[in-house]
This record gives sequence, C-alpha cells and structure tokens, in this order.
Amino acid sequence: MTQPSRGGEYDVAVIGGGLVGSALAWGLARAGQKVAMLDEGDIAVRPSRGNFALVWVQGKGLGMPEYAGWTKKSSDDWSGFADLLREQTGLDVAYRRPGGFMPMLSEEDLQARANTMMRLHNQPDMIRYPYEVMDRETLRKELPFIGPDVVGGTYCPLDGHCNSLRLLRTLHKGIGLLGVDYRPNHRVERIEHRDGGFRMTTAGGEIRAGKIVLAAGHDSARLAPMVGLSAPVRPQRGHVIVTEKTAPFLHHPTVYVRQTDEGGVMIGDSFEEAGFDTTLQPGVSSAIAQRAIRFFPLLGKLNVVRSWAALRVLTPDGFPIYEESKTAPGAFVATCHSGVTLAANHALTLAPLIAAGGLGDSFTPFSAGRFHVPQAA
Amino acid sequence: MSRFDFDIAVVGSGPAGLAAAALAASKGASVVLLDEQAEPGGQIYRAVTETPVRDRKVLGPDYWHGAELLGPLRDSGAAHWPGTIVWSVARPREDAPDGHRPIQIGLSRNGSAAMLTVRHVILATGALERPFPIPGWTLPGVLGAGAAQVLLKTSGLVPSGATVMAGSGPLLWLLAWQYLQAGARIDAILDTTPKENWRAALPLLPGFLRSPYLGKGMKLMLEVRRKLTVIGNVTALRAEGAIGGDSALKSVVYTRNGTEHRLPADTLLLHHGVIPNLNLANATGCAQRWDEQQRCWRPTTDEWGATSVEGVSLAGDGAGIGGARAAEEAGRLAALDALHRLGRIGREQRDKAAAPHRAALDRALTGRAFLDTLYTPAEAFRAPADDTIVCRCEEITAGAVREAVRLGCSGPNQAKSFLRCGMGPCQGRLCGPTVTEVIAAERGVSPAEVGYYRLRPPVKPITLAELAALPKTDADIDAVFKH
Amino acid sequence: MFRRLPEIETALNAAGQTVSFTIDGRPASARAGDSVTAALLANGVTACRTTAVSGAARGPYCMMGVCYDCLVTIDGTGNRQGCQVRVAPGMAVETQNGKREVER
Repeated sequence: MTQPSRGGEYDVAVIGGGLVGSALAWGLARAGQKVAMLDEGDIAVRPSRGNFALVWVQGKGLGMPEYAGWTKKSSDDWSGFADLLREQTGLDVAYRRPGGFMPMLSEEDLQARANTMMRLHNQPDMIRYPYEVMDRETLRKELPFIGPDVVGGTYCPLDGHCNSLRLLRTLHKGIGLLGVDYRPNHRVERIEHRDGGFRMTTAGGEIRAGKIVLAAGHDSARLAPMVGLSAPVRPQRGHVIVTEKTAPFLHHPTVYVRQTDEGGVMIGDSFEEAGFDTTLQPGVSSAIAQRAIRFFPLLGKLNVVRSWAALRVLTPDGFPIYEESKTAPGAFVATCHSGVTLAANHALTLAPLIAAGGLGDSFTPFSAGRFHVPQAA
Repeated sequence: MSRFDFDIAVVGSGPAGLAAAALAASKGASVVLLDEQAEPGGQIYRAVTETPVRDRKVLGPDYWHGAELLGPLRDSGAAHWPGTIVWSVARPREDAPDGHRPIQIGLSRNGSAAMLTVRHVILATGALERPFPIPGWTLPGVLGAGAAQVLLKTSGLVPSGATVMAGSGPLLWLLAWQYLQAGARIDAILDTTPKENWRAALPLLPGFLRSPYLGKGMKLMLEVRRKLTVIGNVTALRAEGAIGGDSALKSVVYTRNGTEHRLPADTLLLHHGVIPNLNLANATGCAQRWDEQQRCWRPTTDEWGATSVEGVSLAGDGAGIGGARAAEEAGRLAALDALHRLGRIGREQRDKAAAPHRAALDRALTGRAFLDTLYTPAEAFRAPADDTIVCRCEEITAGAVREAVRLGCSGPNQAKSFLRCGMGPCQGRLCGPTVTEVIAAERGVSPAEVGYYRLRPPVKPITLAELAALPKTDADIDAVFKH
Repeated sequence: MFRRLPEIETALNAAGQTVSFTIDGRPASARAGDSVTAALLANGVTACRTTAVSGAARGPYCMMGVCYDCLVTIDGTGNRQGCQVRVAPGMAVETQNGKREVER
C-alpha cells in the first residue's frame, strides 16, 4: 500500500472528473499515487460530454510553437495510449488516425488557410510535421462526396479522432481498476493550504491531500486563486449536431464533419460568447447544417437525432495553462479546451511529472503568467 | 404586420388539446392546433373521424365521446394543422418591447421545417405507455397494448394466431374487452398486479367508490374475467423467439407462485400503465418533479397548468396522468388562464368561467389515487434483471446501467454519456423511466434524487436539409463562419 | 400476427377502398388510410428491419410515433417511421438491414 503523504488522506486530489481530470487521475494512479477524484453530480457544466472528439494537430500553435509541439506529441502518443486503455479495461476508444481535412468553400478562404499554415510552420522553434494544401481535384480523390462549392482544403496525416464519450467512460473504468477514489457530488467549495498539504471543503465532506490538481474546467477560474494560481478561462459556446446511424461512407475526419465509429455523423460547430447559457439557437444550428450540406450535399437527407450546445474552456489566447503554485507548492492547475487531443499527454507525460513533484522548465510557456506579464515576479 | 403568427399554439389534438384550442379560439384569440397525426383525437380518440370499426359497441361509448369534441373545434375558428411535428419550443427571450415575450416553435410539415412565433403555447402532448422492459421485449411480435389498440382503431386490425396479453392497469382490461366485442382471439391474460398493492390501495378505496368509472370499469373487468383465461400473481415474464433465433416471438414464459410456465405465442401485448410524454416540456426547460404515487416524472405545473417557463403551459396527461375526461377539463382551464395572461379576460372572468371545469376535473380525478396505487408495477418490471435490454435504440442492458453506477455514475445523464442509453432516435422515451429506476435502486436512493435525462431539441428527428433551410440572423451566421 | 376484422375486409373489397403497393418489390394491398406499418402487419410482415447496433430483428412496438422501431425505407428514403406515414398507391416499401445508407 502507498503511504499517504504529508498532511492528508490522499497523495493527490484531482478536482474535476471530465476528460482532463480523469486522464490525470489515471496517470497519477499508474505512477503509484493514492488519488481521489472529486467531481460534481449528474447535472454539471461538462464540456467532456459535448465535445467533437477530434485528435487534431493541423493548424494549432500559431503564436505558441510550444503548443504545436505539445499537441503533436500527444497525437504521436495517442495510439499507444489507446492500446494501454484497451489492455487495462477491455474497452476500445475507437482511436483512428487516417489523416484529417479542413475543406474550404472559397478561394480566399483557402488562400488565407494556406497562409496561416505557412506562418505557423515558419515560427522559430516550430516542430516539423507534414501537411498539404490541396486543390479541389486532389481533395476529391480522398473525399469523393464533396459538393460543388468546395474549392480545396488542407490535409494533415497526423489528424485523427476517437469516441470521446467512450474515452470518458474508459478512463473512469480505468481509474476504478487502479484504485482511484472517485467521488461524484463533491463540488469543492473551499481549499486551504495548511501544514504543507491541502484541505478541501466539499459538498460531500472534507477531503485532505498532499497535492492537488485543478482540472475543473470552468470552475478552475474560481478555485485557482484559493491556492495562489490563476486560471482566467471563459466559456465559449459551440453547437454540435448529430445524425442517425449511417453505413460508413466518410473515411476521414474533417474539422466540421466526421462520421463516428458507431455510424452517426457529427456536425459542428460555432463560436459564441454567451456566458453559461447553453440554450440551443435554431439559427446557429441551421447555419451549421447549411455549411455541412455545402461540404457534403448527401448529408441533407439524413435525420438529425440530437443537437446540443457545449461550452469550451477558453483562456485569453486559447492555449492551455499548466502551472504549479509558487505560494502553495503542490497545487497544480491544468486547463485546456482540447481534452481529447491532449488526453495522451495528460495521462502519460503530465501526470508522472506531477507525481514526481514538479513540471520543470519546459512548461514555463504554459504558465498563466503570460496573461499578466507586469506582475510576473 | 404582427410579429406573432398566432396568439396561442396548442400542441397535440387529444382531449386536452381539442378542448383548449376550441375554448381559446371561441373567445377570440387566434389559435393554431398543431398535431403530428393526420386526424384529430390523440391516442385515446385515435381515428375517431375515420375508423373503419363502425360497430360502435366494439370501441365503446367512452371512445365515441371524442367525436363530440370536434364540432366545437370546427366552430371555434381555430386553425388545425395536422401532420405537423413540433420539434422545438424555445424559451421566451428577453427582448420584448411590447411586454409579450415571443415563443418560437420549431415545426415540420410535409418534409419542410419552419419557425412559428406565438405569445403562448399549451402543450397537450399526452401520455405514452410506461416502458415494460422484460427479456425479449424487443422481439417482433411483442407490442404495447396501446399499440394494438391503435391498430384496432385506425385499421380494424386484431391479433391472429396465439395471443397473450400481460401486465396491469385499466387499458389492458379495456383492450381485452374491445377484443371480446370484436371477436378477436386472446389465449391468456397474465396479470402482473402485485398482490401486496392491494394492502396499500385499500385505504384509498372509499375515494374510488365515488369514481364515475367504477361501474363501467367493474362491468368490463368482470366480463373479461368471465370469458377469458386470466392468470393472476404473475411475478416474472420473458418473451422468447425460436431456439437460437431472435427473428420473431414464439413463446411467453411467466412465473407464478415461484413456478415457470410457458405459453406458445405469436403476439404478446404488454402494458403496465401510462406516463406523461414529457420530452417536449423537458427540452423546453420546464421544471419537472418525481411523482411517487404515479411513479413517474411530471412537469411541475400550477392549478392552471402553467409551467416554470413563462408563456408555456401544459394540459392533460402530459402534466400527470388523469385520463381523457380530466384532460379535457384541464385543457379548458389552461385555455382560460392563457386568455387571462394575454389580457383577453380579467382574473374574475377567468375564475368564474373556470369553476364548472374545475368541478368536473375534480370529479374526473376522483378515485385516481386508488388506481395509481393498485397498478404501480412491481420493482422487477420497473428495474429489470441485468440481461434485459432497457434502451431499445442503443441496445443497452440493465446490467450495463448498473455497471455504470458502480463506476460512479450518479444519474442518467452521466450514464447516457458512458453507455449511449437514451441517445437513439426515441430520445429516451422508451428507456428514461427505467434507467432512472435502475440507478435509484442500485444506489439505494429515490428516483427524485437520481433525476432524469436533460433533453434538447429536436425532440423528434428532422432532416439536416430541413434544419439548414430555417431562417438565420447575421449573428447566427457569424457565429459559424467568423472566428 | 394481425388480421383485418372480416366485416371490414369485406366492406373494403366491396367499396374498392384498397391500395396497391409493394413490399420489398412484391405486390401487396392494404386499406386506404392504413399506416405503412399497419399495411405491413396486415400483409403478415411482423419484422420490418434489423437494428443498426446488433443486427437483431425488430418490428413495430408503440404505433404512435415514439419508439422508432417501425423504421422502413419508403420510396427510396431510409429510416422513415412506418407508423406515421400513410400507405399510398404505388408506394415502394422496403424492409431495412442495419444502418441506413447515406444515399438513400
């Protein structure tokens, strides 16, 4: 048995039971830590139940090349991560990496996209990976069902997707097998740093731990200042539509449309600043549907069985925050809006570092200090 | 031009919807009655305008009462839009210069979707049969008793071959009686009413003795018992196909006094009560509560049917099971309240007009508690054994739900994410009540604490092309294209 | 298995109120006003599809538009609710195997 470390019942308490929290809890438990994962109840703001399930590389990291490198690493490790999960739990998270597309509907957009990709890859210290800008005819060989409005697009062989709901379930099953104490209905009200450990007042009683990881998504904004951290995240609403199960026809994921392993076609997305309101806007769903039909006209006949609006967890620059508190050492924050893509990193790279005691210099670019440079000590 | 298409939209043309639309329109409001079916009547009066079953004694006088609701609707001037699917009712927004927040209704007619703007909506979405999950209930040849009754009403179809009915509740007996009148074959009725329910129901019997349905119900039940084989105290049921095959029902296996018996069957008709069809109200954001007596979720309403969402009210079985006559009166009360809210009648006028309908509603509900208590299904049929499919769309078993609870799922929404139960086209209508019951039993807490699926539009599937053709604002388009 | 009440069947035939359609290409007839699902049952078709998940056979269950088990292909369009569509002269009704095809 692992000995509880100084000051608590647990070595680590992970706050948040979504994809970021459960991937970290899984990795921490694998690293031999005694872990509690504190979660809210059945109804919660829970982007992990509403995301688009891409494991995506292309286009990410303009403005922060370290993020591009971090993303590519996760993509490279994802297949092994999925294998580990399958061996442990018997569940297949349906990770596939057939290469992904970003189709475009006008020459101007295609040119702008090509420029963005070029600027991304011209950054100093940018990691190298292959991508292609394709014209319509080249694209059509890979995606035979594109409509007449599609002028071309970009392609990256590293892009893939998975079944993200099954990933959430698999991680929860995995942490159970690893002995993580999962505690739903334990919303954290207060955190105190005391005697080198952490004491949390929760809806389900008091929890003590030697270390804590804030992986609470939107709620990290509230919790972080309690331990000398900062997580300036805001909700950004995105609508998603899903159709009835259909025989396989779309063999690559695209940024906007992908076919799931179960057959449904997922269609996204939108970018709305609407606070925590998740009320569906029929006009937004309609615009998403209309664009999807321009990409793939044969989607028009399919029945929409569900739609929802989820809330991305966005930092001011859109890049993740990973940081350990300077005033309350042992308190970490991990927040990003790519909980699926980065799951492999969180489980296989970040969690072992936290278990071992610290993030190290390579994570300095991900510090929230970048949002308040004048105060940085 | 008014920015409102109608003052009031009524969704559903069963007794509640027919009565509500007729009354509201007769007082001068502009009213549209939206209904999914081709002809008015809802399920209880299904096909009352066109049924081929012309011999009035087969369907009985209670059925033919439905025809009396049609004249007032016609005379009222309400618009009636049959064949119209309502897939969304959006909450009032905060932008109402004239004091009335518009309500937007998403509908689909003849394969094309549109948005309708109204001041008030009355949801009269009625009931559906409580899911009856037993092993094999997904086999072809196993249907709801209500489904079989629809086939009788709409098409004059009755079961042929070996036929077993199983379950409990008034509709089961009514259908058996109707089949007797029609000369259809019933091999056996397996009564699953738990013996111990009688003890709980007995104190409520005095209320039931004053019920207007007592005489009718007893007469019908006695006739069925006299003429058909009724097997009581059935505690377990299973439908089976051919050995090693699952293509169609072959037999029904039941347990009585601890012993299993097998009946050959081509058709098995299941029923153990009805529950509110609440998907639209839920997706609209109406608060709902667990009703322990009726053992179901029901949207929260006041005595006029007003929900927690301003401008949205509910009438009839969709707000809690009370039966057709109660629904009719509740429809009138909701209509009067809507007229009052729209400023067409004063409070006193509303209350005065409501008095006889409220009295009739109370009369119609007399004795309901006795029936609810007597016919509460046994736990074995509400939270079935592990190998039973609970979600028919995604083929998820009760055992899988229990495993999810052991992983820490405390409610149906996390279970839905983990298992996909409730994600199919029926959107949880056929599994939601069971999933809640299974989780509650596994956690040892009340269904009230477990909760229910959080639903969102479209509550009925529409095609992507229909969705794409809806009106969009510049902001809607920017939200998708500009980032 | 379902059958039409004999007096109704007789009246239908006498009044010529029948509709000719096809089930998986085979000619069939029903009463004008029948839903597609009722028409299938009246023609002895209890199982109308196999599921998209396991491939198990299914037939109609609720007859009121909520269970989505009566799905069939109607005039080339898949996953239509048979209980919500009226049978029409010349209609081509097909039983379905598994998932719908995107082009139909």
